[in-house]
Amino acid sequence: MNRYVSVDTLRLALPALSLAILLVAVFWLQPRAMSYTGLNLLFNLAVPIALATLAQMLIMAVNDLDLSIGAFVSFVACVTATYLYSTPVVGILILAASVGAYAVLGVIIHLRNLPAIVVTLGMSFVWGGFAVLLLPSPGGQAPEWARWLMTVRPPFVPVAIVASIVAALLAHLLVMRSSLGVLIRGVGGNARSVERAGWSVIAARAAAYGLAGFFAVLAGIALVGLTTSADAGIAQRYTLLSIAGVILGGGEFTGGRISPIGAVIGALTLTLAGSFLSFLRLPSDWQIGAQGAILIIVLAFRLLLNRLEARNK
Amino acid sequence: MTALQSLTQRPWIWSFLATALVWFTTVLMTGTGGALGLSHAAFTFAAFSVIVGTGQMFVITLGPGNIDLSIPATMTLAGTVALKLMAVDNGMVAAGLLAALGVGLAVGVANYTLIKLLRIPPIIATLSMSFIVQSIAIWTNRGLRIKPPQLLAEFTTSSTFGVPNTALVALAVTVVAWLLLERAVYGRWITAIGQSLEAARMAGVPVEGARFVTYVLCAVLAAFAGYLLASFSGGAALNMGAEYLLMSIAVVVIGGTSVAGGESNVPGIWGASLFMFLVVSMLNTYGFSAGVRMIMTGFIIISVIMLAGGWRANAR
Repeated sequence: MNRYVSVDTLRLALPALSLAILLVAVFWLQPRAMSYTGLNLLFNLAVPIALATLAQMLIMAVNDLDLSIGAFVSFVACVTATYLYSTPVVGILILAASVGAYAVLGVIIHLRNLPAIVVTLGMSFVWGGFAVLLLPSPGGQAPEWARWLMTVRPPFVPVAIVASIVAALLAHLLVMRSSLGVLIRGVGGNARSVERAGWSVIAARAAAYGLAGFFAVLAGIALVGLTTSADAGIAQRYTLLSIAGVILGGGEFTGGRISPIGAVIGALTLTLAGSFLSFLRLPSDWQIGAQGAILIIVLAFRLLLNRLEARNK
Repeated sequence: MTALQSLTQRPWIWSFLATALVWFTTVLMTGTGGALGLSHAAFTFAAFSVIVGTGQMFVITLGPGNIDLSIPATMTLAGTVALKLMAVDNGMVAAGLLAALGVGLAVGVANYTLIKLLRIPPIIATLSMSFIVQSIAIWTNRGLRIKPPQLLAEFTTSSTFGVPNTALVALAVTVVAWLLLERAVYGRWITAIGQSLEAARMAGVPVEGARFVTYVLCAVLAAFAGYLLASFSGGAALNMGAEYLLMSIAVVVIGGTSVAGGESNVPGIWGASLFMFLVVSMLNTYGFSAGVRMIMTGFIIISVIMLAGGWRANAR
């Protein structure tokens, strides 16, 4: 009994601890960041990344990997900055259809037994193509409500942090507390036994992909709410960031072992690593490399704590 | 019927059929006059995808989760370092090659060290490593575009008996890869690991040694491709490897190698690499806009996978 509790809490405690350490380091370098505005600036861009990470996490829950998240979020951003701004009804229809396309993708991948990596690779061209057609050059305009949602100033806690917490809790309820979530994670754990127990694996996969599409749509809207305009390649790097975020948050590639709260924390950690490096005044040549190094250090740290935990058992 | 059946059951056949189809569709537009030039260009450009794809294939064979994401960064760094060392001097061609391969060796060893020491999934290990390698490349490059030595530039852009030299080099690489995979014990080992890691370990396969060699091999091939590409395109650019990340995965899987590992296919890489180049040039020939071109490329990739995937589903 005791063992299970400690494994579960550890899965969450480690990402939280690395985030806390990084946050302390940032405050130490730049004490002015320790304010309402400072925190908001630090975590602003983390909101869309966190939402995209949750989308990637849902795909990873069924043992697949989505290489098209970046292109898809870019596409959603382009739709948001064009149709959702000018003719909201058309915009909503397009976004609903694209969430549907994600669910259909899950069904096709399951029915034809296709490698998700390659299908989503192909889809990344498709979404990228549509994005280029919508906005051949950077532009567009953010809908008023999206802009308001991302720049509102609630009392005491900045909106970036409120949004991250809401997203994490929503995903937590959905994936860890609902029967649908259990089913999705079950497909990742052992699809055959889920099937034998009388559940529909196709429906579960379709649901996982559809939900992933939904979260990715939210990511695109949030991104445009922040940047006020879009371009076709605006979120390209989200593909790799979202995978790294899930892993940093304690998720795994197989077995349906994921943690929504961890995934959000992982995304926040990645964003914060970027700010940390700019506060360090590192030459720009080494910024990317240092980000890689931070990723390695956090993971090494995780291994160390895992080892300690195993020894105490 | 049986002959047809045995042919359609070869996983690489689909990529070649698709390649032939796309070739004919393009030639239909350009007329037979363009056929030779098109084929020549296809072999020239496919060569680079073939070399990086071969390395990626070995890694993917190791089983789920094994993918090398550091290929683009390795290509860039190797190309940059080699061209800088050679400094447009024909006498330094061999030294440059050695330097490039050395870069590959170092990246491969570092990748495996991360995977082994930190026990993190290879995707994340190679991703973190690629960030670091990319930074080193930026620092080495400093925005300068150094030309390749005359000798090397001529070699990579000319042909022998009508066949592009780069394609001949890639062919040699794939022949060696095929021998390694099908005729050497190393190939049996990595196939066994990909099919079942535990079973392979119990059967006495040196699992860690084989994985180490595979990651080093992949990085060295990427570095070699970077050396050739930088010489071919008249200098190393910082984004020169970018498109080869997705390309290396696409050619492996379209070529009929199983993403689940334990089943690889060398001839398919050639079919898929030619296919990927020809699709783009076909859509260019028909004058589609950039957006439409990307959308169609995506749908064509998915259709080929669905055809080949149908074969895989039936085989189960």
